[in-house]
Amino acid sequence: MKLELREITKKFGDFTANDAISITVESGTVHALLGENGAGKSTLMNVLFGLYDADGGQILLDDDPVVFSGPGEAMAAGIGMVHQHFMLVPPFTVAENVMLGHEQVTGPAKLLDLAAARSKVNEISERFNFHVDPDAVVEDLSVGAQQRVEIIKALSRDAKVLILDEPTAVLTPQETDELLEIVGQLRDSGTAVVLITHKLREVQAIADTITVIRRGKVVGTAEPTDSQEHLASLMVGRDVSMTVDKEQAKPGDPVLEINNLSVVDSATSITLLDDVSVEVRAGEILAIAGVQGNGQTELAEAIMGVVETAGGSVTLEGKKLTGRSIRQVLDAGVGFVPEDRTEDGIVASFTVANNLILDLYDRQPYSRGGAIKPSVVRDNAEEQVERFDVRTTSIQALTGSLSGGNQQKVVLARELARDLKVLIASQPTRGLDVGSIEFVHKRIIEERDKGVAVIIVSSELDEVYALADRIAVMYHGKIVDIVSPDTDRDTMGLMMAGAHEEEAA
Amino acid sequence: MSAMTTEASSAPQQGASGQVVKTKSWKATIGLGAVALISLLFFGFGTPTGVQTTFTVATSTDFIAVPSITVPARAAAVTLSIVALLLTGYVAFRANQFRKVGVWLPIVYGMAIMGALLTWAGADRSGTTIQLTGLLTSALFLAVPLVFGSLAGTLCERSGIINIAIEGQLLAGAFLAALVGSMAGNAYVGLIVAPIAGGLVGLLLAIFATKYWVNQIVVGVVLNMLVIGLTSFFFSTMMTDDPSLNQSLSLPSIDIPLLASIPVLGPVLFQQNLLVYIMYVVVIVLQIMLFKSRWGLRVRAVGEHPKAADTVGIKVNRTRVRNTMLGGAVAGLGGAFFTVASGLAFGKEMTAGKGYIALAAMILGRWSPRGALAAALLFGFADALRVQLGIIGSSIPSEFLAMTPYLATILAVAGLVGLSRPPAAEGIPYKK
Amino acid sequence: MSDADASRDKDEPKPDAVDTKAPEPEGAGGATDPSDTEEQSRSQSVLRQILESSTLVVVMAVVAALLIAGILICFADEDVRTAAGYFFSQPADMFSAIGDALGGAYSAIFQGAVVNLQAESFAGFIKPFTQTLTMATPLIFAGLGLGIGFRAGLFNIGAQGQLLIGAALGAFIGFTFHLPFPIHLLLAVIGCALGGAIWGFIPGFLKARTGAHEVIVTIMLNYIALYLVAYLLTREAFQREGSSNPISPIVDESAQYPLLLGSQFNLHWGFILALGCAWFAWWLMERSTLGFELRAVGANPHAARTAGMNVSKAYILVMVIAGAFAGLAGSAQVLGTEKVLTTATAGSIGFDAITVALLGRSRPLGTVFAAILFGGLRAAGPTLQVQAGLPVDIVLVIQALIVLFIAAPPLVRSMFRLPAPAHEKEVAA
Repeated sequence: MKLELREITKKFGDFTANDAISITVESGTVHALLGENGAGKSTLMNVLFGLYDADGGQILLDDDPVVFSGPGEAMAAGIGMVHQHFMLVPPFTVAENVMLGHEQVTGPAKLLDLAAARSKVNEISERFNFHVDPDAVVEDLSVGAQQRVEIIKALSRDAKVLILDEPTAVLTPQETDELLEIVGQLRDSGTAVVLITHKLREVQAIADTITVIRRGKVVGTAEPTDSQEHLASLMVGRDVSMTVDKEQAKPGDPVLEINNLSVVDSATSITLLDDVSVEVRAGEILAIAGVQGNGQTELAEAIMGVVETAGGSVTLEGKKLTGRSIRQVLDAGVGFVPEDRTEDGIVASFTVANNLILDLYDRQPYSRGGAIKPSVVRDNAEEQVERFDVRTTSIQALTGSLSGGNQQKVVLARELARDLKVLIASQPTRGLDVGSIEFVHKRIIEERDKGVAVIIVSSELDEVYALADRIAVMYHGKIVDIVSPDTDRDTMGLMMAGAHEEEAA
Repeated sequence: MSAMTTEASSAPQQGASGQVVKTKSWKATIGLGAVALISLLFFGFGTPTGVQTTFTVATSTDFIAVPSITVPARAAAVTLSIVALLLTGYVAFRANQFRKVGVWLPIVYGMAIMGALLTWAGADRSGTTIQLTGLLTSALFLAVPLVFGSLAGTLCERSGIINIAIEGQLLAGAFLAALVGSMAGNAYVGLIVAPIAGGLVGLLLAIFATKYWVNQIVVGVVLNMLVIGLTSFFFSTMMTDDPSLNQSLSLPSIDIPLLASIPVLGPVLFQQNLLVYIMYVVVIVLQIMLFKSRWGLRVRAVGEHPKAADTVGIKVNRTRVRNTMLGGAVAGLGGAFFTVASGLAFGKEMTAGKGYIALAAMILGRWSPRGALAAALLFGFADALRVQLGIIGSSIPSEFLAMTPYLATILAVAGLVGLSRPPAAEGIPYKK
Repeated sequence: MSDADASRDKDEPKPDAVDTKAPEPEGAGGATDPSDTEEQSRSQSVLRQILESSTLVVVMAVVAALLIAGILICFADEDVRTAAGYFFSQPADMFSAIGDALGGAYSAIFQGAVVNLQAESFAGFIKPFTQTLTMATPLIFAGLGLGIGFRAGLFNIGAQGQLLIGAALGAFIGFTFHLPFPIHLLLAVIGCALGGAIWGFIPGFLKARTGAHEVIVTIMLNYIALYLVAYLLTREAFQREGSSNPISPIVDESAQYPLLLGSQFNLHWGFILALGCAWFAWWLMERSTLGFELRAVGANPHAARTAGMNVSKAYILVMVIAGAFAGLAGSAQVLGTEKVLTTATAGSIGFDAITVALLGRSRPLGTVFAAILFGGLRAAGPTLQVQAGLPVDIVLVIQALIVLFIAAPPLVRSMFRLPAPAHEKEVAA
């Protein structure tokens, strides 16, 4: 089946997410949609899938125009989608999830035919070597297995066009390879595959055609054989320099010492952070690299006291931080930029001014004797907004109305307003545009140069290379190795899959 | 589990934000243990030695006469309390393995504690006996509106709509059943219109929740006020002006042949009126439909992960509106209990908070029809017990017995049902 | 699913077009990601749509509620029904009957709540309004507490129980001890607040410790409080001497709120205390560090915790404060108007206060006005009954309708064909 999108336009208020985008996908091919986070790829696919109504343009299947009012119709027409956030009902079994929406019934009472659903799952699972148990409860499955359930779900509906939305964001390199293999199999069996991604390597590995999208527009097409630099520059709109200008680090004494730190999920008894020891010196940036979900988040949160530790200690200049409240850790001179900005970093319904004092509100000079001083809060906000170039209509604007980059600047401004000894920044530039990324990186390096010990947690290798003075690679809750930023990407990739440096090199 | 092992090589399961629901929780153990201990000390050892408690099980209409049972009071009360303690031990054992206990456990536990209490209360009272059959009959009877109410709550919440308006739905059903039943001069007509009243209240709740995204708890509380206001207003005007619009009608009791002559169970279960028999059917049908049918699968998907349901073509808000109306109708039917099924005329605020107890029964019953039935029966039993103990003149203040459903619910939400969980998308409006 | 959650940020487009060095700034300034707003509205205070409804919508909601109540009044009016019977022969009769019924009802409300036009003295003239303020007093207290709870993200349905326990403790101090005037009153008032605070502490503590949902716990505690007070009233310490009815002795005069305008009026100093509390509630939420904390916890508990705030402590404190306010509402009853404790002391104040807080958009000033509005409807009850022959229950209907309409501004706007607001107006958070 041939799928064609013609001049698709989608606006959210004043913002144009898709600006007259046209692509064509032939059956038996893999078409990669390449673009940065926020370029408009997911929006386009949601339009195709009938989740959003387009403001303009046409969808054609085998040259016939179609209009989908909802996902049900898109699916009936043979379009399947594996969403970036899995659309699986966690307490349901695999079979129940697969049958949901096109259930077969049996018997006089027309009850669910679970046997049919099970055999369907088994059949597809065997065809592609998925190893998925139809009776397993989805919330107990690993991320990779859940993704395979999603694929089974699409295939069980006889999808002729399969859309994969950022499928590798949560996978290990091995799982990624397995997925790419599956994609190849699907293509060979005649399925048209749309692969949405921002990862160049995957595109080069599997795509037949590449369309690059930037800021809601198609900026060009490319061949899988084109160089990475070419693809990258198309994607971000200028030649990317992979490094940020920075001086050689002048590390001082160790400031933060982490000894045998462990975190165990109290609910499942799974060890999330396993006996991690590392130290960070004043004036250096330690980057924690790894595939998302290998304990990096827990490491940052354990230092902050956000999650409980199961063993080990964190000391700041010899003073113990473990066992203290978040408040005490902040007071000890640790700044924290949380991974999930909107969830943990800001209060969206608070004004910019109030978010700028979110962890300072009960200190002098912002308050005295339990009463907040509005004029001091206002002056502080004016100053920070100016200093961090926060683009907002006013300091009284709601922070939720700012763009992601400006929200992140608010968080950063607030954290850097205190005298820090340690700065911990988790995924500091996730979802930001290139301009904001540069700004944030500069600020972080400035902190380093002031003598702050900095920890960056990032799953973006480019960011790790750009900032790090040392790189700790994490896998399965452990630090695999600590290496210098000269280490090449291949070695790094192997280490992120658990191999030690000497094995990897 | 086999899928788990095949996945051993992939990244560990990350409960990164600690939102995994299974928790090794000792709250249930502590709560149940404390009550069992109190039972042992107070009812068990509080019963004097050498006295007896007599339970009367027979009624005059029984086909087979069963003699009264007399037990040594202290030994029986102590034994029952120890049974409760053993059950607590089992809960602890299961909690240690991250496993839930079945819905049977709270039932058996509750029966053991209640038995101990009854034995203690009836000890050494010459002349008075514990009327077991009468107690159970009135327990079932008092549970009827609670069963319908908690089924209504279950239907709504399984689709993701919080139904605080059960009280209003019951009251609306009671009102319309009395009004239309009186106009027609037939109690069965009341039974037919009662669901319509409840369904309308459900429709209002659904509209405000899905179309206007108003907080569902707010709508529920306010709808209760609205229904109280409206029914009281019409009661004080229309019904007072013309008493023929509000007569005491009554559904006749129907004996099921054969089944009705089983000792104890017969009179309790099968000498009831039509509404009670409808209740049996509704519980069974909903239990099967919710967990085994296409409709049930879709409803539960909508309540757990509406977006996932949407992406497979299920209309989320339509499902929610339908379920909330259906739930309202079920509660409305239950409301008929207060008027036509009890042989009473309508009275102001006559549901007297039963809708809130039904809400509690829904939670205690873990959002399943079966559990709702069990919890409602337990609460009905507590209510019946209060009446019975009042008759035999127990030293327990009736106010404390009246509190038990509420206390049980607080204990439950604070721990006992901590192992269970409400539908994940409950109370969150679905917006595309 | 936590993994999926963690990568939520990568979701939908993040139009960072307004940033400094964006190469091709084409997006408009400050545009918000649609998925972002969805995320926020979910995680933000549940009452947002109510808090942000504009004044016009409030006025229109009141009008709509009165209109619907008018239909009910006509429906219940015998003359109207009689006239409707021969509508086609003499339609004018029906319209005049409708006019009489509505005119009677609305003028009864006005005369019962605002001023009595038939009064012979000035005192009689303004008496209805002082009665309105008297009725509003407990609603102000309880509404303030609930409003604070709402803003901290807690749904306290338990004002009823908190009020009752507060009233019980305050009344007990009032009739058991015999102390000189200001001290006795002060102690009794503190007793009321303390009783309410204790009853509020329970759900706060349970929420903080076990995650028990406060809505369920507070509903259940309402009933437990009712039965507890019913039990207490059977005990010697609480029961009036020589009576077997569940009614307490009269509270000593030294523990009663003094009358504000002399013996002709029921209005007591509790009203002034309520206004003082409204100011305090404003200061607490808008100016104090504690209020900042409570608001942050209400709007985004995760971010609040990450910023070093103690969310559990905040939940407990909020419930204690809300409970204390509800307890003070009890003081307006047992130390003000009723002077005795019965199981009916709470009336329906706890539930009315929910509507008051919602109508007042959880802000102290709004709560005061909303309480006066609903207090007025209550005060008009007897007049409605006597002058227009209407049951007081119509007041409950009006009240419920107002809140329903307030909660759904689009409904009101479409009823009156008002334009939708261009953008949600900014609220100083």
